[in-house]
Amino acid sequence: MSEITYREAMREALAEALSRDERVFLMGEDVGRNGGCYAVSLGLLEEFGPERVRDTPLSESAFVGAGIGAAMGGMRPIVEIMTVNFSLLALDQIVNNAASLLYMSGGQFNVPLVIRMTTGAGRQLAAQHSHSLEGWYAHIPGLRILAPATIDDARWMLWPALEDPDPVLIFEHGALYNEKGELTEATPGLDIASAAIRRAGDDVSLIAYGGTLHTALESAEMLAAEGMSAEVIDLRCLRPLDTEALVGSVLRTHRAVVIDEGWRSGSLSAEVAARITEDAFYDLDAPVTRVCSAEVPMPYAKHLEDATLPQPVRVLEAVRRLGA
Amino acid sequence: MSATRRVPPKTGPRSEAARADAHLVHLLTQMLRIRRFEEQCVELYSRSAIRGFLHLGIGEEACAVGVMEALGPEDAVVATYREHGHALARGISMRATMAELEGKLEGASRGRGGSMHIFDAPSRFFGGNAIVGGGLPLALGLALADHLAKRQRVTACFFGDGAVAEGEFHETMNLASLWHLPVLFCCENNLYAMGTAIERAQAETDLTLKAASYRMPAWEVDGMDVVAGEKTAPTAAEAVRAGGGPHFVEMRTYRFRAHSMYDPDRYRAREEIERWRERDPIPALTEELKARGLLDDAGLERIEAEVAAEIRDAVAFADAGALEDVADLERFVVSEKGGGQ
Repeated sequence: MSEITYREAMREALAEALSRDERVFLMGEDVGRNGGCYAVSLGLLEEFGPERVRDTPLSESAFVGAGIGAAMGGMRPIVEIMTVNFSLLALDQIVNNAASLLYMSGGQFNVPLVIRMTTGAGRQLAAQHSHSLEGWYAHIPGLRILAPATIDDARWMLWPALEDPDPVLIFEHGALYNEKGELTEATPGLDIASAAIRRAGDDVSLIAYGGTLHTALESAEMLAAEGMSAEVIDLRCLRPLDTEALVGSVLRTHRAVVIDEGWRSGSLSAEVAARITEDAFYDLDAPVTRVCSAEVPMPYAKHLEDATLPQPVRVLEAVRRLGA
Repeated sequence: MSATRRVPPKTGPRSEAARADAHLVHLLTQMLRIRRFEEQCVELYSRSAIRGFLHLGIGEEACAVGVMEALGPEDAVVATYREHGHALARGISMRATMAELEGKLEGASRGRGGSMHIFDAPSRFFGGNAIVGGGLPLALGLALADHLAKRQRVTACFFGDGAVAEGEFHETMNLASLWHLPVLFCCENNLYAMGTAIERAQAETDLTLKAASYRMPAWEVDGMDVVAGEKTAPTAAEAVRAGGGPHFVEMRTYRFRAHSMYDPDRYRAREEIERWRERDPIPALTEELKARGLLDDAGLERIEAEVAAEIRDAVAFADAGALEDVADLERFVVSEKGGGQ
């Protein structure tokens, strides 16, 4: 067992993919010479060369679309977008092409593409670098949406994502890059479909993903100090959702709090809550509740950003409201 | 004709000239197939066999026909929502094309795409893209794959003058040139983006100049003259294939009919349309062939009859086609197990 950062885990995953399959290449803004906007791909240009670690101009739509075209042309591109807010410049390509081409062509053209991007707040980057829009993408049929929250998932989700014949979007929470942890050795056949129980418990299910997994785990620790046993579910895959795991947890705990850094209205948290209500309503002892970001564009000032984001104290308040 | 008399194969310039003459007749036939097919589409639209948006390219046939002749089977084509002509010229059967327009399972895209989304893997026809400019980045990527795999192929990317106003056009031109990728950009400039005339939409209306500013060979041809297009396209395609980087050809053309079946066409003067109709590529080539003694009335009638028979067959095929089982509605949202390339 060795201890590495989330960033290093991701870098190892990229290096492994580039070594294992010559069809794989990485492209995006500053991924080469600069080693990645978040230093994830540092050293890969030197190891794999400029054809396979390809710097792009600031042309999100063209280089994401080029990833789609290259995937249809037989390659296995990994496209990096600096942050989810910038992915909106490529929304046409992601939604109208990547997600739709297989269906629109009657099953003829699949798009084996992986798009990685940073998401989330917590670094005082204000309203155009901090949002959590992965829930929007989880709305789109044809896409698989992953949110690695642990060192292991950062390390081991990429290869199965590349083996998926269809487009996969990987959301890396920016606050996680410096997280350190122990890496489990290769998990063969690690799935990119199911949710994981990160902490077992009986009194309440805390459902989280990506950046909010840590909020949930911290909350569970605080609840334990109060004598309450919380189960922490990490969604891992936001589309398709592992409804079975959600329902399974609620059948044990009979209470659920969804913790999502996205906004509450029309959100992923709403989808999770709806699924629990649809499939486990009569097993609930209290309404499903949600802890989400305040409905404001992300403010810059530290105290305001903190007030915007889901914090453990708000999770605890929510749990108490459930009467657990 | 005697079956016993063996004629030695001709060689030399004479047979080349004969081949060239026969080829002109072939070009005319291709344009007629597209024209008559689309005229048939209008009828089918009136009887509701075709629904949704239907964009006809009547008047623009020479562009698709001219360029397709320059491509080989290994090359790729990315087209727009006005792509019936491109599909037929690329060799997708009239049956599969018509069945697609009628929303039938036997259609090129199983009836999932319709008029705007004709796809065909065997002929490397990547749609049928109905977001203006949206196909350009795909063409870039297909060419990038060829570049990385060291394959000497061309990706022909069709788009209209309207796409030149999109950011995706400029991003793609820049990247194609920067990375020296094998794309043949085929701009069909019909002077209107839906109902907006080019001079009302673009500050610089010289599209070739814009393309050239990205440091790639760019020139314009008469899009109403299939022979001119067909002379230019192979040169450009071969230059692209030989590693010359992206090339841009602007074909000056005109659509005789409205943008779509819903368009009342209030934005063009009748005289303007009539003026362009005088330059209709089909009568122009027909007259030339007749003047040169390569085609007579009987020959033309024969071609028309063959085209009419092909269309009748395609319509019968489409009419008799199956509707996809609704139980299969969710097939191909994602690849099936073991599917995908």
